[in-house]
Amino acid sequence: MPPQNMPQTSASKVPLWRQPVFRATVFQILLVLGILLFGYYLLSNTLQNMEQRGITTGFGFLSNEAGFGILKSLIEYDETDTYGRTFLVGLLNTLLVAVLGIFFATFIGFFMGIARLSKNWLVARLATVYIETFRNIPLLLQIMFWYFAVLRPLPLPRQSLSMGDLVFLNNRGLFMPQPIPEPGLWVVGVALLIAVIAVVFITRWAHRRQEQTGQQFPTLSVGLGLILVLPLLVFWLSGSPMHLEYPVLGGFNFRGGMEVIPELAALVLALSIYTGAFIAEAVRSGILSVTHGQTEAAYALGLRPRTTLKLVIVPQAMRVIIPQLTSQFLNLTKNSSLATAIGYPDLVNVFAGTTLNQTGQAVEVIAMTMGVYLTISLLISMFMNWYNKRKMLVER
Amino acid sequence: MQSKLVIGLGITAALSLAGTANAGTTLDGVKSKGYVQCGVSTGIPGFSSADEKGQFTGIDVDVCRAVAAAIFGDAGKVKYSPLTAKERFTALQSGEVDMLSRNTTWTFTRDTSLGLNFTGVNYYDGQGFLVTTKLGVKSALELDGASFCIQAGTTTELNLADYFRANKMQYTPITFDTSDQTIKAFEAGRCDALTSDQSQLYALRIKLGDPKSAVVLPEVISKEPLGPAVRQGDDEWFNIVKWSLFAMVNAEELGVTSANVDEMKASSTDPNVRRLLGVEGVKGEWMGVPDDWGYSIVKHVGNYGEIFDRNVGKGSALGISRGLNALWSKGGLQYAPPIR
Repeated sequence: MPPQNMPQTSASKVPLWRQPVFRATVFQILLVLGILLFGYYLLSNTLQNMEQRGITTGFGFLSNEAGFGILKSLIEYDETDTYGRTFLVGLLNTLLVAVLGIFFATFIGFFMGIARLSKNWLVARLATVYIETFRNIPLLLQIMFWYFAVLRPLPLPRQSLSMGDLVFLNNRGLFMPQPIPEPGLWVVGVALLIAVIAVVFITRWAHRRQEQTGQQFPTLSVGLGLILVLPLLVFWLSGSPMHLEYPVLGGFNFRGGMEVIPELAALVLALSIYTGAFIAEAVRSGILSVTHGQTEAAYALGLRPRTTLKLVIVPQAMRVIIPQLTSQFLNLTKNSSLATAIGYPDLVNVFAGTTLNQTGQAVEVIAMTMGVYLTISLLISMFMNWYNKRKMLVER
Repeated sequence: MQSKLVIGLGITAALSLAGTANAGTTLDGVKSKGYVQCGVSTGIPGFSSADEKGQFTGIDVDVCRAVAAAIFGDAGKVKYSPLTAKERFTALQSGEVDMLSRNTTWTFTRDTSLGLNFTGVNYYDGQGFLVTTKLGVKSALELDGASFCIQAGTTTELNLADYFRANKMQYTPITFDTSDQTIKAFEAGRCDALTSDQSQLYALRIKLGDPKSAVVLPEVISKEPLGPAVRQGDDEWFNIVKWSLFAMVNAEELGVTSANVDEMKASSTDPNVRRLLGVEGVKGEWMGVPDDWGYSIVKHVGNYGEIFDRNVGKGSALGISRGLNALWSKGGLQYAPPIR
């Protein structure tokens, strides 16, 4: 920072190298140059070393044919696709686990955090036992435990447990009918969009009306009804442009339909239960941080308990919870790389595993993998920081 | 931007530091530290696995011991680094291990683009399938639609894909880090079949709670020449590892065993034997080791036939027959250039 209110005349008399602004700038430029030079030295040294040893470098390998199969892919993939494609497959599988894990962990966390504060002795104790158990066992062990706990008791494909011959469960996974869209389904999508926009406007209108007249409007039930009924009605009127593909037992396993592999189930289960325990503590700390006086004041103003929770306690508790929640989401995303222990085809298993080994290009592959985790984490961070800003105390 | 820079620095630091640590030749490094650092598997009975006392044994381990015997005259001067299939090449490239002797398939890609050199073949293998007897499968061609437990980062993954593509069949691969994990998942019923090099299948089958519950199918779907590898660009070290293996094969051919090596050294008149044991002719110093390097290898480790029988053959729990690994003079492929 340049010193302010300094008389112009005296500054010009001081020699250039004794001016704080000038010196600070010079030092910063020197530091950056030094770091860049050091980085350049390391990089060129590495490249030279690799060249000397005949190790291939560069990202050209990404367009070579991969030639290996992958257990599960969200996009079309077969052995003739490129290594670049394996990167995408792994990335999407990682994102899938992260999103599912964050969703369930948040749900479990909030539920258990509130349960631990319950006045019911049994509920509170059960929540305590859950938190203290799962928080204190290493995650890798939990993943292994769930994997084999999920796998062992389930029957072989030919003795699958079935529900109405529609849903099948065996040790290869959970098989469900898959909806296959037909042309014309977009109308239903449009209907859904219209319903959502309508709900937004209704909510605003109801809010304004309540502020002006004090009359309340059942926003929740009307909104839900609109979102459900309108698309369904359009779906029915347009002649059901969708059919179901059913899983059929053939040879060794079921084919067709939707499939949830046990690796995914075990991983999401372990990650959400483990992280849920931490989130539960964050939630508890948040709620406890709101002093009892706030609740009493709300009651004194005549607010009902539910309204007190919604308008007084939760908004204040969220300010404490959100920063901790961000860390937990980041942890969960990064912990998902333990997937490789049970063979779930995430980024580390597929790309930093098989692809790395088949191509031998460790530096490039690891750099890309680290770049991905960094990017995902920074995006989550950015979103949560933005959300945090919105929830922060606004001083007037 | 700044964080990306930090990451870049981290990686490059790792490699460039590894580079400076290996400035001298591998042999000088080995001599000054007093032992050979050898990369082995994380546990494949018969090839490289640690027993309950922490002692490593196996046919791959014996190659490391032969190299130590050639250099130091003491087969015990080896330290082992158990590596997963994924870690092995990076460990060798970065100089973490001096040599890799870890049932590694010699392929074009690995030999040419990874900065490695394979020094020979200590076991001729081929990929096969292990299936549960319950399935009643007699041939790999009946496995259309089956799921397979595989170890990540192996040629196995590629061969499986090739085989099923060539036969227009479908399959589901489930890839794990270590062979232990593959056999556990196979036992838990996650996959219908386990696929790996045939020698490993026999080794893994022993690890099953009930080995009789699984059978190895007759099909062999690939060529898997397994051998030790060293870093490219150090010819002296390359020669030592290569000729340590050749010495063992030559010893078997000449009938020199660890039991009769002293007697042979003292009284044999066969010039081939005398050259192998360093009594006359060739000099060990041409590759930087003592002249009696061949004698040390046979004395402390044994000839190829001995290490085969002891680790994977008749004298072991695996009981694999010599097959392709018999000497060339007995219908197999093991053939070593002459020591002269």
